[in-house]
Amino acid sequence: MPRPTLLNTGRRRFLIGAGALAATAAIPNALFAYTGGASRLVVVILRGALDGLAAVPPYGDPDYASLHRELAIAAPGSPDGALALNNTFGLHPSLTFLHERFAAGELVVFDAVASPYRDRSHFDGQNVLENGLTKPVGTADGWLNRALAALPRGAGRPGHSAVAISQNVPLILRGEAAVISKSPQVTPDVDEDLLARLADLYSKDDWFSARLSEALQTEKMVDGAAVDTAADSSAMSKESLKAAYPNRVGAVARMASELMRSDGGPEIAVIEASGWDTHANQGGAKGILATRLAGLDQGLKSLADGLGPLWAQSAVLVVTEFGRTAAVNGTRGTDHGTGGCAFLLGGAVRGGQVIADWPGLRRTALLDNRDLKPTLDLRSVFKTVLDEHMHVDANTLAKRVFPDSSGARPLQGLIRA
Amino acid sequence: MSQIKGPVPLAVNSPLAPSDQIFAGLMNARDERQKMKQSSAADGADAKVVFNAIREAYQPHYRAQVLARAQSAALTTRPFAERLVHFWANHFAVSADKGVVYGLAGTLENEAIRPHVAGRFIDLLTAVEQHPAMIAFLDNQYSVGKDSMAAARVASRFRGADTGQPKRQFGINENLAREILELHTLGVNGGYSQADVTSFAQIITGWSIGGGKGRLAGGVPGRFYFRDNLHEPGPKVFLGKTYTEQGQRQGEAVLADLARRPETANFIATKLVRHFIADDPPPAAVDRVARAFLKSGGDLPQVYAALIESPESWDANARKFKTPEDFVFSTLRALNVSPAGPEEVIRTFDLLGQRQYTPGSPAGWPDTSKSWDGSDALMHRVLWASRVGAKYESGVEPADLAAASLGAYARPETLTAVRRAASSGQAVALLLMSPEFQRR
Repeated sequence: MPRPTLLNTGRRRFLIGAGALAATAAIPNALFAYTGGASRLVVVILRGALDGLAAVPPYGDPDYASLHRELAIAAPGSPDGALALNNTFGLHPSLTFLHERFAAGELVVFDAVASPYRDRSHFDGQNVLENGLTKPVGTADGWLNRALAALPRGAGRPGHSAVAISQNVPLILRGEAAVISKSPQVTPDVDEDLLARLADLYSKDDWFSARLSEALQTEKMVDGAAVDTAADSSAMSKESLKAAYPNRVGAVARMASELMRSDGGPEIAVIEASGWDTHANQGGAKGILATRLAGLDQGLKSLADGLGPLWAQSAVLVVTEFGRTAAVNGTRGTDHGTGGCAFLLGGAVRGGQVIADWPGLRRTALLDNRDLKPTLDLRSVFKTVLDEHMHVDANTLAKRVFPDSSGARPLQGLIRA
Repeated sequence: MSQIKGPVPLAVNSPLAPSDQIFAGLMNARDERQKMKQSSAADGADAKVVFNAIREAYQPHYRAQVLARAQSAALTTRPFAERLVHFWANHFAVSADKGVVYGLAGTLENEAIRPHVAGRFIDLLTAVEQHPAMIAFLDNQYSVGKDSMAAARVASRFRGADTGQPKRQFGINENLAREILELHTLGVNGGYSQADVTSFAQIITGWSIGGGKGRLAGGVPGRFYFRDNLHEPGPKVFLGKTYTEQGQRQGEAVLADLARRPETANFIATKLVRHFIADDPPPAAVDRVARAFLKSGGDLPQVYAALIESPESWDANARKFKTPEDFVFSTLRALNVSPAGPEEVIRTFDLLGQRQYTPGSPAGWPDTSKSWDGSDALMHRVLWASRVGAKYESGVEPADLAAASLGAYARPETLTAVRRAASSGQAVALLLMSPEFQRR
């Protein structure tokens, strides 16, 4: 059966392509909204603080090599050198898929970027990254859940709209809008009689009742996804997921893409990857961090491959809680810092750009004499993506999704019109 | 209250190796493999050598520790004390998914926490921060003062010589210092600055692990060892106070002061109340526990007494959704069974998403219901409960089990569902998945 979402998208593009703008305008917006909206958004949270100066080496900065020393990535063209983005910045040599997407105009690289958080605790830093406030406490819900609640949609759109690819829901997606969770672990079917009896047992407990019904809906979605992808020779059945993707990022990415492709599947997904807290023996072009980055890169490729036809209308945000020290520490690693990098990737992205108001790495330019100084607020990126890609209205973004964010002005032109 | 006096050893006689032996085993396995690699002239693959050495030397210990932990939780006659051990192990979390910690994670709990869980906080704190698992987890073993003897020697050797190679830069690693302040004592809002973190990191340079070769040889392999030649000499200012102690004593003096601070009392009290009473800790209970901490000079039995005596502890509405660990251990106790081998324990916790000793971060596992209440997580619990029911259905009288394990919390509909179940296995599964068993 054709997917209504895709069919409508295709028709819409065709109409625009044919110059029949009047015809497009005549189709009520609600029709698109009812079919689920075209846009898909995946947020990838890198927990532990990725070293932006390794992932996006500023090889053209005169102070880079002397500060980052044995962890620095050499200029493009040298052995194990960076993959060039422009005259100043490159990508870590492990990030081959990202580099290919940059060349294809599907990747925006942000540098010297940070959330409003300015201390150096992972846990508070992740709270601020996810709660959308300027401080680590003050709300129990996440900005993506508040955005989800504000998504324009027609009445009667079936099913849930956001999924966390894990057993439990991370802060960024917690809140009033209902979300589901689904880990990439394979769960063999549970006896239906037991489930029916549990549904009965939970009938007087709202909380358990809601969780069980979400879980059952998710299972249905997964079953649907498995059936759909069975017809697709490149796709895996859900039983073979774990074996085929030993790399965890790959496994969660694949699960995200399968769910998003299923009928009535979520348009928003959150993926988490840890292991970025490289205090010791971080390595340069090879080593611990290089291996992690290669895993991330291949995971993002799995996501793109898995989304298949949906890739054209997808945007993937890759973010971390903060950057790391500009200088190597005493144990061939880096300590907690401030400014770092972020990526925006996808078929819907107007890519091929590096967005960085580069402050430089001179000692006097560093924050607290140690960290890359942030010149761009991550919330500016989030707001722009939610506005241009997910069509959340600007007023809601400024007031409800990101309160106290007037200093974080939206950018422009991150998403293809 | 008799539960919270004295050390809390494992409730089972398990032949667990001590941390120094396990760590020395790792070093030997690594050396052996390095030698094999050199003799076979294979190149590259250093990471693989280390990985294989870790697996070979560590895996049996990890498995034995995980099994002993579950058996102890199942069989202990001091369940509250055992829960306190788990609380502190999570407060002072190390994570076995970092290679060097894999075989040592359980030893921190057994060697540093169990002896001091009902002692003084300062003794617990010192034992933990000087345990090789913590030193290795937070990378302090080679954190080097820039004016230390080791740094001076290297500087003089390289003076004037340009080898074209990047020189090894000696300096501190601030990981352990930061997490002691943020996660173990003052808490993130405890009033310290980046300068305090840096200074404290200087103060504990030299806190390391014995063993090593050549110039690094020293101490008993695998035990805490103060390496004077890595230590940044001289007095240092931390939180406005100048510490003039020499060597290892300087860091211990800081720990002693940290253990007395009201911020620490408040932070520990908040975490205890969150764990044992409610996700949003009632301020009155936190205040009562913090005051007991300060008044007693961190005497932990008096702190626990204040916790238990808090009326909020007995509020029937303030029940928390169990973590997978709580769920598994309370199931073992309800069924009066103890796991026979490590495989079933490891498979269980992998399924439920809380692989033992792998919180991943030094902050430990999250301790609020929202972190564990995903719909996917619930389905995994259902699956496990049905397997447990099938496994243990013979020899169980479900109605008695329900009465014994739920007591006054049993709801009529749960008792009815258990009575009407299609099999005893299904009855057990329904009981374990009932809202009242899932909360504590």
